[in-house]
Amino acid sequence: MIDLILNQTLNGLASASSLFLVASGLSIIFGVTRIVNFAHGSLYMLGAYLAWTLVGRFGPTDALGFWGGVLLAAVLTGLIGVVIEVLILRRIYQAPELFQLLATFGVVLMLQDVALGLWGAEDKIGPRAPGFKSFVILFGNRFPTYELFLIAVGPLVLLILWLLFQKTRWGTLVRAATQDREMVGALGVNQRLLFTSVFAFGSMLAGLGGALQLPREAVTLHMDLSMISEAFVVVVVGGLGSVTGAYLAAVLIGILHAFGILIFPKITLVLVFLVMAVVLVVKPYGLMGKAPVGHQRAHGPAEPLLLPADGLTKLAGLIGLIILALAPLVAPDHILLTLTELVIFALFAASLHFMMGPGGMASFGHAAYFGLGAYGAALAVKWLGAPMEPALLLAPFLAGIAGVVFGWFCVRLSGVYLAMLTLAFAQIAWATAFQSVDLTGGDNGILGVWPSAWAVSKPAYYYLTLAVCAASIVALRLTIFSPFGYGLRAARDNPLRAEAIGLDVVRIQWVAFAVAAFCAGIAGGLFAFFKGSVFPTYMAIPRSVDALLMVLLGGVQTVSGPIIGAFAYAGLSEQLMKLTMYWRFVLGLSIVLLVVLFPRGLVGAGLALRERWRKEPEPAATLVEARP
Amino acid sequence: MSAMLEIAALDAYYGRAHILQGVTFAMNRGEVLALMGRNGAGKSTTMKAIMGLVPPAGGTVSFEGQRIDGREPFEIARLGIGYVPEDRRVFSELSVMENLSVAQRPARSDAPHWTPERLFQLFPNLGRMRDRAGGAMSGGEQQMLTIARTLMGNPRLVLLDEPSEGLAPVIVEEMAKTILALKAEGLTVLISEQNLHFAGNVADRAAIIEKGVIRFTGTMDELKGNEAVRSQYLSV
Repeated sequence: MIDLILNQTLNGLASASSLFLVASGLSIIFGVTRIVNFAHGSLYMLGAYLAWTLVGRFGPTDALGFWGGVLLAAVLTGLIGVVIEVLILRRIYQAPELFQLLATFGVVLMLQDVALGLWGAEDKIGPRAPGFKSFVILFGNRFPTYELFLIAVGPLVLLILWLLFQKTRWGTLVRAATQDREMVGALGVNQRLLFTSVFAFGSMLAGLGGALQLPREAVTLHMDLSMISEAFVVVVVGGLGSVTGAYLAAVLIGILHAFGILIFPKITLVLVFLVMAVVLVVKPYGLMGKAPVGHQRAHGPAEPLLLPADGLTKLAGLIGLIILALAPLVAPDHILLTLTELVIFALFAASLHFMMGPGGMASFGHAAYFGLGAYGAALAVKWLGAPMEPALLLAPFLAGIAGVVFGWFCVRLSGVYLAMLTLAFAQIAWATAFQSVDLTGGDNGILGVWPSAWAVSKPAYYYLTLAVCAASIVALRLTIFSPFGYGLRAARDNPLRAEAIGLDVVRIQWVAFAVAAFCAGIAGGLFAFFKGSVFPTYMAIPRSVDALLMVLLGGVQTVSGPIIGAFAYAGLSEQLMKLTMYWRFVLGLSIVLLVVLFPRGLVGAGLALRERWRKEPEPAATLVEARP
Repeated sequence: MSAMLEIAALDAYYGRAHILQGVTFAMNRGEVLALMGRNGAGKSTTMKAIMGLVPPAGGTVSFEGQRIDGREPFEIARLGIGYVPEDRRVFSELSVMENLSVAQRPARSDAPHWTPERLFQLFPNLGRMRDRAGGAMSGGEQQMLTIARTLMGNPRLVLLDEPSEGLAPVIVEEMAKTILALKAEGLTVLISEQNLHFAGNVADRAAIIEKGVIRFTGTMDELKGNEAVRSQYLSV
């Protein structure tokens, strides 16, 4: 028994090393540039692919060929980082942080297709490392020497990083910039150069992490997203910006996985979730993290006020609704199908907007609640034999309850921490659906989720969807302009002052989180009966990003934005998928371009034009930095 | 000889709030000018706009005859303008020596050259706490450290934003001595200040700003003699 424990501990330590390399790079980049680099997992993947190619070319049996290939792969990944920074990130350092996250997600999509184009869809098996092909007998078990090597890499890199940051001028500048990058610039340091070098360095660490995995596991196109969600967990648990914290957390998560697989093979991720929950309850900013203080950049420009719809907007909404209601009279069935889906997505996007816009809480895992709604409906049908109506009623409650539980943790954080945590929760929900084959059918999903007889026809189900979604969206709108909505916005704009006037900020945000989850669940339930089946992919990261894109495309500071965004985005991506096999690349590129060109979203850009047109007098209330 | 720093019709905004509305004044080499005015008048914003930290929306800033508006803060700093923010902004996790090293620039022929050792003569307190973290120092010590840090860039012109604010009287006196010492080194100093007494001790001239507009410029003596201006723009 004790042998087994020691053995699994070693396994955990070995897997912690690559995780640490990626997470520390992520953490360092965030510290200086304040950008959470979603594409960091992709750089890790590229490092592995590049190493596979280079090692194959240089000769995998030759020590120089292997290690040279691994190191060169890391350096090349660093250079790719430079290209990304110079071409994209440099242009958006001033943009709101969500747009930055989104742009890096665009890079994720692009790199996915680049890897697909260059290396194909097949998994690549790497060679074993020269000099580390054998194993040693440890505690009565065979233990590969390469694993021992990896165990040593973690602390070694930690030491190198420490020396670099404490003993070099570059390190001093990085630490200073982590604290106050504006001041560093005012003291004559070329920030641009510093940012580029930091991004290159962080990318190189990710590339090295990927390259070192070569002898250990197959290189696949899925490495990016699975790594990035784990790295987020590690960074949140360790404390954003702390390299030592990242190491501790990586070890913790690594060991947890090693034991989890042994003891509870089906709920390893739930275990990770529980540990993360405990850590965050005890230390909200992670093991080694500190509460953000001092000169942090605000979330972009001051939020314009959301005003209740004026007559014109109301009229436009009404006309839109009437057109949608009349559509079945003229539209053929296949158009109705598309419309049904769009209407569902509009509610999904509106629910996310509710927590993101007025709530100021950006969720990168909103699909969890959409998916839970869908599963709620499907499980009710499958296990309770429920017909459609009660199943649809039940569905949002599963999502809402999850929102209450997950939300409790999330609202204790803010900004990028919150975004990362929501992503991690979504990943857990996805993995639970994926792993619990007995309950959910795993990857095969749940089939045969069909509407009741009266709603089977396309127009009938369309009307049902339209009625439920329109009512929900109107209810969300009314909430935004209710006292609760005003409280929510007060909590977003200035939590301290909001508390000072007696608002329970955490509770308000918690409720908003749960409401958003509940509404996403409504959309999910409708979607389940619409498709007739439910799969774990409903909860996967790409679906969460879909929702984000809809909201941001429309513009987060407008109420009608998400609806317009949903229609624009869903329409666009469907067309793209038909046009090219490399639709991800095109989509990613469009996202990046959109962020660079329209940092306020489509409706926001329209409003800005209108403002310029009218030369409106300054509104009575604008948020201005209090200092002169 | 032309002025060292010339600011003409400078406009700046925070969001939609029009903070600087055509600020115009000039500074001569080697003088100490006090930019005075009430809270929110635009003193700090003027300094930030000179430094490029708040992008000017209109008007020009020229330093030694060269346009600097629209340039990046690090370029402006490298031309020889040192900025000391009012809220200090020491790097709290970095030691005194590290704080100084962040700002280190090569020596230049037209400005005094500062090394940590020379700075420790000017600020003996700092010399005794070289390895102390910036965050573990008192407010007065932090204020001295920010000035010392800025001097490491070997500036010709120093912008001191509210140097006396929030300091104990004895430290304020020390601060006045420091400013005069900098002047004696040949540096040109722009300070923003609300305290007439302090400004009177260190400055040669004063410019008064109110609601983003310069209302008065003149020597310190002229200001002291002008009861109307003082009561209109300075008294609380």
